[in-house]
Amino acid sequence: MAAAMHTSKYAAPARARWRTAAMVLLLLAAALVPLVVSSFHLLQLTMVVNYAIALLGLNILTGYNGQISLGHGAFYAIGAYATAILLERTGIPYWATIAIAGAICLLVGFLFGLPALRLEGHYLALSTFALAVATPQLLKFRGVEKWTGGVQGTIVPSFAAPFGLPLAWDQWLYLFSLAIAVVLFVVARNLLRGATGTAIIAIRDHPVAAASMGIDVAMVKSLTFGVSAMYTGIAGALSALVTQFVSPDSFSFLLSLSFLVGSVIGGAASISGAVFGALFIEFVPNFADQISKAATAAVYGLFMIGFMVLMPSGVAGFLALVAARVRAWWR
Amino acid sequence: MNALLDLKQVAAAYGASRVIAGLDLAVADGGITALLGANGAGKTTILRAICNMRVRVTGELSFSGLSIAGWQTEDIVRLGIGHVPDGRGTFVHLTVAENLALGAYTRRDRAEVAADLDRVYGYFPRLKERVAQQAGTLSGGEQQMLAIARALMLRPRLLLLDEPSFGLAPLVVQEIFRILRRVNADDGVAILLVEQNANLALELAHDVYLLETGRVVMHGPAARIAADESVRRAYLGY
Amino acid sequence: MDAFLHQLLSGLANGGIYASLALALVMIFQATHHINFAQGEQAMFSAYVALTLIQAGLSYWAAFVIALGFAFVSGLAIERILIRRFDGAPVLSVVVVFLGLWFVINSVAGWLFTYNVQAFPTPFPDQLGSRFLSAHEIGMIAMTLMTLALVFVFFRFTPLGLAMRAAAQNPEASRLVGIRVGWMLALGWGLAGAVGAVAAIMAAPIVYIEPNMMAGILLYGFAAALLGGINNPWGAVIGGLLVGIIENIAGAYVVGTELKLSVALVIIVVVLVTRPAGLFGYPVVTRV
Repeated sequence: MAAAMHTSKYAAPARARWRTAAMVLLLLAAALVPLVVSSFHLLQLTMVVNYAIALLGLNILTGYNGQISLGHGAFYAIGAYATAILLERTGIPYWATIAIAGAICLLVGFLFGLPALRLEGHYLALSTFALAVATPQLLKFRGVEKWTGGVQGTIVPSFAAPFGLPLAWDQWLYLFSLAIAVVLFVVARNLLRGATGTAIIAIRDHPVAAASMGIDVAMVKSLTFGVSAMYTGIAGALSALVTQFVSPDSFSFLLSLSFLVGSVIGGAASISGAVFGALFIEFVPNFADQISKAATAAVYGLFMIGFMVLMPSGVAGFLALVAARVRAWWR
Repeated sequence: MNALLDLKQVAAAYGASRVIAGLDLAVADGGITALLGANGAGKTTILRAICNMRVRVTGELSFSGLSIAGWQTEDIVRLGIGHVPDGRGTFVHLTVAENLALGAYTRRDRAEVAADLDRVYGYFPRLKERVAQQAGTLSGGEQQMLAIARALMLRPRLLLLDEPSFGLAPLVVQEIFRILRRVNADDGVAILLVEQNANLALELAHDVYLLETGRVVMHGPAARIAADESVRRAYLGY
Repeated sequence: MDAFLHQLLSGLANGGIYASLALALVMIFQATHHINFAQGEQAMFSAYVALTLIQAGLSYWAAFVIALGFAFVSGLAIERILIRRFDGAPVLSVVVVFLGLWFVINSVAGWLFTYNVQAFPTPFPDQLGSRFLSAHEIGMIAMTLMTLALVFVFFRFTPLGLAMRAAAQNPEASRLVGIRVGWMLALGWGLAGAVGAVAAIMAAPIVYIEPNMMAGILLYGFAAALLGGINNPWGAVIGGLLVGIIENIAGAYVVGTELKLSVALVIIVVVLVTRPAGLFGYPVVTRV
């Protein structure tokens, strides 16, 4: 499954050209979206972009490196709160806070990854889950209330679009997020296709063999954790700007669970999977609510189970299978 | 004599790789049949195919006149086939007594099971000494004895043995083969034996099949096969 | 000193609940190598079944037994109908299925029984109470011990228990002795469901019954199972008791109730970092 996902850089040039063309068209369409949709839908789509970044981070860690995390909501929260606190207490411009939030999460993720190395599978799942559960409690903790705003949370200000562009703040924010997402996706793709990516995937598939080939497994795993946290932290920082408010309860362990669900349903070992997953976790809960107000979560759960029954390798995996069949039939 | 186990045009594959094709094989009721051949000839695969384990099987398979093609392993075994697989299949975390009890899991005749247990301890007194010991801590030879004993607890009509001599000291092997001969002679248990040790197999068996890359290249009474020049040179070393 | 003893013993009583849930988790894990994240919700639903029967007029113990029967049958059904489809599927996909099951059961319970917090009766008369433990806590400990003892006796001394152990350890060899491995798995799920139901019914009088009652308890049960070593049922029990004690002591003397969950988890994670296979687990040695 992963091999199908990890397209070799030696793929047929013609196919690559079609792909790039399709990507560019999609991006253009995406960029024009703010002009045609309502404010509410724009908000939803901006969140989809944020979630896609967050899920990409999780995919790098779980899908490509094989380390499970039930706690990525924590990094999302750290990113969000970093931006909120920096904007409230310093004069640092908003776009810089995103970078700082990313750097903080990179460090925290790396430091968390170091001892977590020794844990595998369910043990790592529990540790990251502990992180997810602890985060809202720590955010509410009286000792740091001065900084975090405690249970009530903190307001995040809004700004004006730069360079005098005739865009509303939310429209600009959407394009800003989209631009960051594109950059991060390209970086991830190049990272995963290169030597580092091979090392990351080798560690997932056969850690002993990877080590005996000279890969510093510990360092790569921790760095992967850091990079993964950084991505999710950046997404969190962006989300703070979008929602203009951060509070501990928005970052409960349900968020971490949503990330995991989105990652798997989209396709954990793929880059495009992050987008599919983001669409799922943003829209399916609302859809479920429309289907049944009384048992919304049940409908959501049925969707989750249904997707797994039909597409055990996620949407991206399913589409790759379909594409392969179509290609085979075409010949 | 009627065939107890009858395979006709059986093919077996692991995924896409076909290992056996067009196999015709029969084991007589109460007879001892040996499968000889080099590594990779497909001998283990045939035993697995009979029990529908791990391989995709096509063709006609019947046991005691009943077609078992497509049956689940646990149902095939319940007809009276005791399979001692390669690797022995011992329950390493369970005790010797528990392993033997599991051998008789499907039987309802309590008194007979108790009698069989005594008989099996009679064949393998060393097992009786280690009754409460964890099976994984037994020596190789003892584990092999345990595996055979467990299969016997089923009171099988047919015993499938995959390389019973593998990795064992010669004296232990002699002991095991003596028991096999006894079980066949006294209780009429048919045996299908896969063996790399051709000498041992030819001594024990009545009927022999020679396999090469998934096909039968020679078949006949043990005496005739043993006397054959080419077989002697290829498999017996002289 | 009195207070400390009370916290300790109370922790032990809670620990019994965690131990039961941890045991249910380990039972399913040993057979399938999966953590049943929906175990808590199954237990909660069974507790609601008991409550409904009691409210309809049945005696406590009659309702208890029927609820356990329900838990057994529903656990078995879930395995046969849903989980067996994912035999061989990627681990993460199965995790998502379990989480989906969690949402479904939780939501259906909320829909059928409302989200209102309700009181749950205890069958243990007040006279049983002592200086250190309430009547229910004593009854809880007794019930837990009895359940664990029954489970132990079942697995150790009955042919079916032996067959289930065999099927969990070595499914292929089990088939060769005629064990119907698929049904053994289903039975395991049924039993785990029943054990979980006991935990929920015992916990309900203390934490009050509502659809989210088991989330925290499941987390502790999960932590306890890992602490004890995920492949060791005895470890699960001891782990559960330890977690109960740690939780209470941490809550009373270290951080207060808000952070005690985090503290307990941190302690467990620290243990796991120093002993990755848990206190009593054995590291599984695999061939390279």
